[in-house]
Amino acid sequence: MPGCLKIKDVHVTFEAGTINENHVLKGIDFEADASDFITVIGGNGAGKSTLLNTIAGVYEADAGHIEIDEIDVTRTPEHKRAKLIGRVFQDPKMGTATRMTIEENLAIATKRGQKRGLRFGLSAADREFYKEQVALLDLGLEDRMTMDMGLLSGGQRQAITLLMATIVEPKLLLLDEHTAALDPKTAEQVLGLTQKLVTEKKLTTFMITHNMQDALRYGNRLIMLHNGKIVVDLKGEEKKLATMEDLMQLFRQNSQTELKDDALLLS
Amino acid sequence: MDILITAISQGLLWALMAIGVYLTYRILHIADLTAEGSFPLGAAISSSLIVQGFNAIVSTLIAGASGLAAGLITGLLYTKFKIPALISGILTMTALYSINLRLMGQANISLLGRETVFALFEDLGLASNLIPIAIGLVAVSIIIFILFLFFRTEIGYILRSTGDNEEMSRAQGVDTDKAKVMGIMIANSLIALSGALVAQNNGFADISMGVGTIVIGLASVTIGEVLFGNLSLAKRLMCVVLGSVVYRMIIALAINLNMNPNDLRLVTAVILAVVLTAPSLKDKLNKRAMGK
Repeated sequence: MPGCLKIKDVHVTFEAGTINENHVLKGIDFEADASDFITVIGGNGAGKSTLLNTIAGVYEADAGHIEIDEIDVTRTPEHKRAKLIGRVFQDPKMGTATRMTIEENLAIATKRGQKRGLRFGLSAADREFYKEQVALLDLGLEDRMTMDMGLLSGGQRQAITLLMATIVEPKLLLLDEHTAALDPKTAEQVLGLTQKLVTEKKLTTFMITHNMQDALRYGNRLIMLHNGKIVVDLKGEEKKLATMEDLMQLFRQNSQTELKDDALLLS
Repeated sequence: MDILITAISQGLLWALMAIGVYLTYRILHIADLTAEGSFPLGAAISSSLIVQGFNAIVSTLIAGASGLAAGLITGLLYTKFKIPALISGILTMTALYSINLRLMGQANISLLGRETVFALFEDLGLASNLIPIAIGLVAVSIIIFILFLFFRTEIGYILRSTGDNEEMSRAQGVDTDKAKVMGIMIANSLIALSGALVAQNNGFADISMGVGTIVIGLASVTIGEVLFGNLSLAKRLMCVVLGSVVYRMIIALAINLNMNPNDLRLVTAVILAVVLTAPSLKDKLNKRAMGK
């Protein structure tokens, strides 16, 4: 099923017309299939986060078009686009309302894209459903549903945020280095959970990562950004068989820049 | 004893205003100075209507509705025109000064001998000095109960989440601008309602009665928090009410100690400064104690 996400010649410039003008995205052309799990890599300032945020509507594109599920969303405000998109952020604090409980956070997420009214936010049936969903995360949080989000660890929060992003099936799942702030073991768990959710629900997914191993290991497609452009786009067998050395090689070829190995790994 | 009763009744009637300040300051994280204009707005509207012979309860409710309008203006300036919240509030407050004068036609309106809400209840045969306490308690209880229920609804959730985490709220499809406008409207409605009741209890509305409203509101909120700590939402609202009463008692005490009434605002500011410092001071002392 092609055409779940279409990006046509998208440009984004910050502080245009000032001395600080910064042309971050310089003509992104991209099409994702419905079943694509795309890992996104690139150095600092390559435009990875800007690309995801532009798809999400945090920034508006100066030029070009963005279509999600055949709907042109180029000028749609962020909160309306949210109907189609689930997101998890790098900072575990950003994905949830910390002074609200786990179940209240899930209730807000469940209403994403729907009209909210003066009905009670949580019914007994809702509570039961959220509890079941949280139990599937296997973190033992199902008995702490009325605990404030702020009391959870970073990994627990990211797991709940992931659940919130997918509890209403989104057309697009955007993960902006969602494991970068976690310790290696927790990061591993959250990535495992990501893989499980994406596979089960067959979600079109973008995952920015700083970790090249993860970029190669996860997903069926890999794109590399450099200087606001997509310089590498590996699919299918090509992606499956790619190695770290291949990626380095590709980067050099496409960006015509010398690159220290760790610039990509650690930046 | 009389002073105590007056302090409690004043505390209860002003508590509605403090709850309004709590909504913007603690839930939306905005310092909304509209309060300084919406409080006398409620007083001006209810008093003018009562003087013209309108029913006191209807007049008071209309005053509450006028606060919604004041909040709407501030909310739109803040969200649609991207003027910082503080400035938006100052703009509305300044404009309201003229509007309040227009509404009253003069700098003050006397309500002596008029059928105020309090006079209505006096007709029922209650002891006159207890009526303000009774009405204050009823009003505060109703408002807290409604807010308690409201913050459990879907719309209540997004108001809380917007104040808590705007990025997350938008990512979850919340129109955060709308949520902020709504919050500021509800807050100013309560503040205008409080102004209406206070004017009727005092027996007059005055153009300058809004001066210092925000500081009194913040003092009530923080006194409540410092004294009673971190609690669930409904209990926190009750603490705001207690904070408002405690604040009135402190003021009553100051007057009782023969303090010059002209110095009262200075006292209020000092009280607020002290209670605002208290949490960080407590933290420091705790750390020092642990270090030993």
